[in-house]
Amino acid sequence: MNQKLTRRRFIKGVIASGAAATTTGAWYSATGQDRPSGFVERLIRINVNGQTRSVDVEPQETLASTLRYKLGLTGTKLGCNRGECGACTVLVDDTPTYACSVLTHSMKNGRIETVEGLESANGDLHPVQQAFVEELSPQCGYCTPGQVMAAVGLLRANPSPTREEARAAMAGNICRCGSYDSYLDGVMRATELIG
Amino acid sequence: MAYMHIGKDFTPPDVPGKVTGRIKYAEDYTREGMVYARLLTSPIPHARVIDIDASEALAMEGVLGMLTADDVYPDGEPQSTGLKMLTNEPTLVGEPILAVAAVDEKTAETAISRISVTFERLPFVLDPLDSLQPDGADAYNGGNTFVFRQGFAVEKWTSDQVASLRAGNEPTAEPQQTVEYGDLEAAFGESSYVYEGTFTNAGYPHMSMEPRSALAYWEDGKLYLHGGSQSLTAFADGIAGVIGVPKEDLVFVNAATGGGFGQRARAGSIPVYGVPAKLSQKINRPVMMRVTREEEFTIGGARQGLTGWIKVGFKPDGVMAACDLWIVSDNGGKGGGADAYSAADCISVLYQADAVRFRGTAIGTNTAHRGAQRGPGQNQIAPIISPILDAAADELGVSRFDIRKINTPMTGDVGGPQRTPFTSAYMPETLDLAAEQFGWEERQSRRRRTNGSKVIGLGIGQGYHNAGRSGMDGIVMMGPDGRLKVHNGVGNLGTYSYASTSRAAAEVLKMPWERVDIVTGRTDLHLPITSPQDGSNSIFTNTRTFYGAAQDMLAKMKEIASGDLGGTPEDYDISNERVHQIADESVGMTFGQVAARALELGGKYTGSSDLPEELAEWTQISVSRLAGTAFMGVFHDPRHEGNPPGFTVSCIEIELDTETGKYEILDLINVADSGTIMHPKGMENQLVGGAVWGIGLSGYERHLYDPQNGMPASTGYWQSKVPTFLDTPVKIQTGWVDLPDPENPVGARGVGEPAQGSVSAALTAAISDALGGHIFGASPITADMIINHVAGTSEDSKLLAQNNFRG
Repeated sequence: MNQKLTRRRFIKGVIASGAAATTTGAWYSATGQDRPSGFVERLIRINVNGQTRSVDVEPQETLASTLRYKLGLTGTKLGCNRGECGACTVLVDDTPTYACSVLTHSMKNGRIETVEGLESANGDLHPVQQAFVEELSPQCGYCTPGQVMAAVGLLRANPSPTREEARAAMAGNICRCGSYDSYLDGVMRATELIG
Repeated sequence: MAYMHIGKDFTPPDVPGKVTGRIKYAEDYTREGMVYARLLTSPIPHARVIDIDASEALAMEGVLGMLTADDVYPDGEPQSTGLKMLTNEPTLVGEPILAVAAVDEKTAETAISRISVTFERLPFVLDPLDSLQPDGADAYNGGNTFVFRQGFAVEKWTSDQVASLRAGNEPTAEPQQTVEYGDLEAAFGESSYVYEGTFTNAGYPHMSMEPRSALAYWEDGKLYLHGGSQSLTAFADGIAGVIGVPKEDLVFVNAATGGGFGQRARAGSIPVYGVPAKLSQKINRPVMMRVTREEEFTIGGARQGLTGWIKVGFKPDGVMAACDLWIVSDNGGKGGGADAYSAADCISVLYQADAVRFRGTAIGTNTAHRGAQRGPGQNQIAPIISPILDAAADELGVSRFDIRKINTPMTGDVGGPQRTPFTSAYMPETLDLAAEQFGWEERQSRRRRTNGSKVIGLGIGQGYHNAGRSGMDGIVMMGPDGRLKVHNGVGNLGTYSYASTSRAAAEVLKMPWERVDIVTGRTDLHLPITSPQDGSNSIFTNTRTFYGAAQDMLAKMKEIASGDLGGTPEDYDISNERVHQIADESVGMTFGQVAARALELGGKYTGSSDLPEELAEWTQISVSRLAGTAFMGVFHDPRHEGNPPGFTVSCIEIELDTETGKYEILDLINVADSGTIMHPKGMENQLVGGAVWGIGLSGYERHLYDPQNGMPASTGYWQSKVPTFLDTPVKIQTGWVDLPDPENPVGARGVGEPAQGSVSAALTAAISDALGGHIFGASPITADMIINHVAGTSEDSKLLAQNNFRG
């Protein structure tokens, strides 16, 4: 006779056994839509690409969610939403940061830069963007904004990295197309453009 | 031949959008009134839905509706393998059961948590050999295998037969499929070195960076679907049928796709796009379905795992006399592909064996949805066969390079069980170029050199995939401004072949690239049908179609000019965007003037009459909507003869640490024979990307399932071990022989898939070399396997296990 069980009962059993339920819930938890007890200010101001933006933020909302779904900055991509792939990399005070893994509420004093903020006012590409175009660094392009931001962060900290140093610095950004070599070509080309 | 565009670098028009973040993927779109769908997926690997109680969820404020399998399949679910939109008969963890739409994702997710689904739990199995046991569980309802045109069936071996294979012996069970050519017995009789052993290739997920999110809405009776596919029009053509909407009423929007690797080529592999489409129709609102990484693991698919036995015989001079291959394929929870057959085909092509026999049986397991993944079959066998060649070379006193050269395919040869002739084959030249650029001979003195616990290993490997189709359509347009518009239905998944193939049209008309527009990204721009963009075929297939469409436009230009200016079409040529008399170039018309004249003349010049009879239905719809709007060139490509192969050769030097089991790739070269090179930078990208995939196949990527509950444990990048920057060399060398294929008007063939296989073959050979020639018969070869081997600890008990925790 086949055993019958409900989905709820099963999940309870899985949790009790210590196994991980992997099928649902990641999105929900990542966007922080469970409201904690106590008062949390929701309307906050954050500095994004040099502009102060007022935004209504849920208590456990990630920066990636705010950028993409509140501010329309969809250049920041979500590949995994769990801090593995780096597609959501932005700069916070010049430091490459996974936007999926920090809360927007913690950004009130930070200076956030996304891929949309790199071009100059006259539309010129940032040297890293220009170098990535010249070296045809992207393939599918989904990881590219994160790669760009990681490279910009690297070159601000170290304007003349060796190829090995660049590889180490970019290691938090996965490219499933395997375009790593072309991205490194792009970073090294960017060092020349920056001079 | 001197070309204007072919073989020259250029910037594909979507690249600036990729570095600025402006280009939109499916989930970047919004729509007025958009609501959100969430999926309830199966938490258990094999079950039947008995009851769904959604009363509490549907009563929630903000919940707009629910979709179940009963809604999308009112006449019952298809009784076949393959993913379904939704199902009441899940055969793997994560398979979508139902979807809820709500005003926001929080509400949708909360509603999902309040739905009570009662499952009847059914036995599950994670390894095809376990299922073949007499008392083994069957992955599907109705059996553990699916027979084409017959349905589900049960395939069982005796316990002794399973145990015998696990012990490393030739299977004695009756295979489902047998294909062979040549006299196998006689060929083995001529062999002076025979290798025989079992092998395992782990399956692993595609893990495209962009999850399969989709947005759908209906307007004026048309379905607008934003999704990501490898093959824009071929995919749209198929997904219309999956959803059940007439082709002329579907607008598929797909400017960019965040990775495909085989499992986004065909509509059947992403039926879940039907969920937002059906929900939108049901609740009359735009529906965005965001897919998580965990969900992507399930619906994104995986490579087939293979468990096999191989016997290879070599003559005294190193010629491969015979190969006998017996493979049990892991078809996963929803059926799989033909990887095993392709593995045998690959050996036949690459090594030109006198006799080949393939026997295979495909068995389901309650694991990921299997399907085509970059070089399906060819690339699994590449790391298995390469160390065997090296063992034969060492045994017969032939060099490792020469044994590949002795057996190399060449122009004029045939390959595969069907004995299909190559359109061209420049593998000998590719082997020579790779060896020369890498310094293969010079490096031999370093082979197996030790430095403390570290040892040098050298490997050479070859890759193959059929790389070209035909029979598709092309459309080019031109208005009075004289700009050439190439209507291109090739998908944009990062190969830039949508742009490279368009340059064939620019080449024919000698148009400056800045005067050419590629019309693509959404099907309401009226695009011709293409082949699904898989199998490394796009460059070969679609340079033919766009070259042909431009030739049609060129012929019409000459007709119009000769009609207005005198003489015959043969008296005219083109240059500098003018059609003019050959004898007197001052007598002519600009392209813009010709296009304006074409609009006046109408008829065949604007696509209103005299169309090729064989145009596909999809193309006919596009042409009918473009007719009369501009000067048109249109072409249906006849079938070509022969097999256009994509070949690569790779050489690798590694330094392997026998204490840690880890290795560093000191140098790697990947060299291609893919006919004429269309776009050198794009070619480099395919070769370096393929190299990374080869490193993943040989060393890292895997499938992990909890044997107690059947839960997937490698749903993310970390656990599935997708290679990172640090797993790959600091610099990858590339090269190509750049010799034309006669069956393509510009000489081009594809390369994406073999670029992985050759690197995997070379890396596995290098690991084997560093370990004194030990043949693991496995992919991946993980660090602990190396340590166990060095320590003398047997891996035999687990070698034939699929989807396990090894490594």
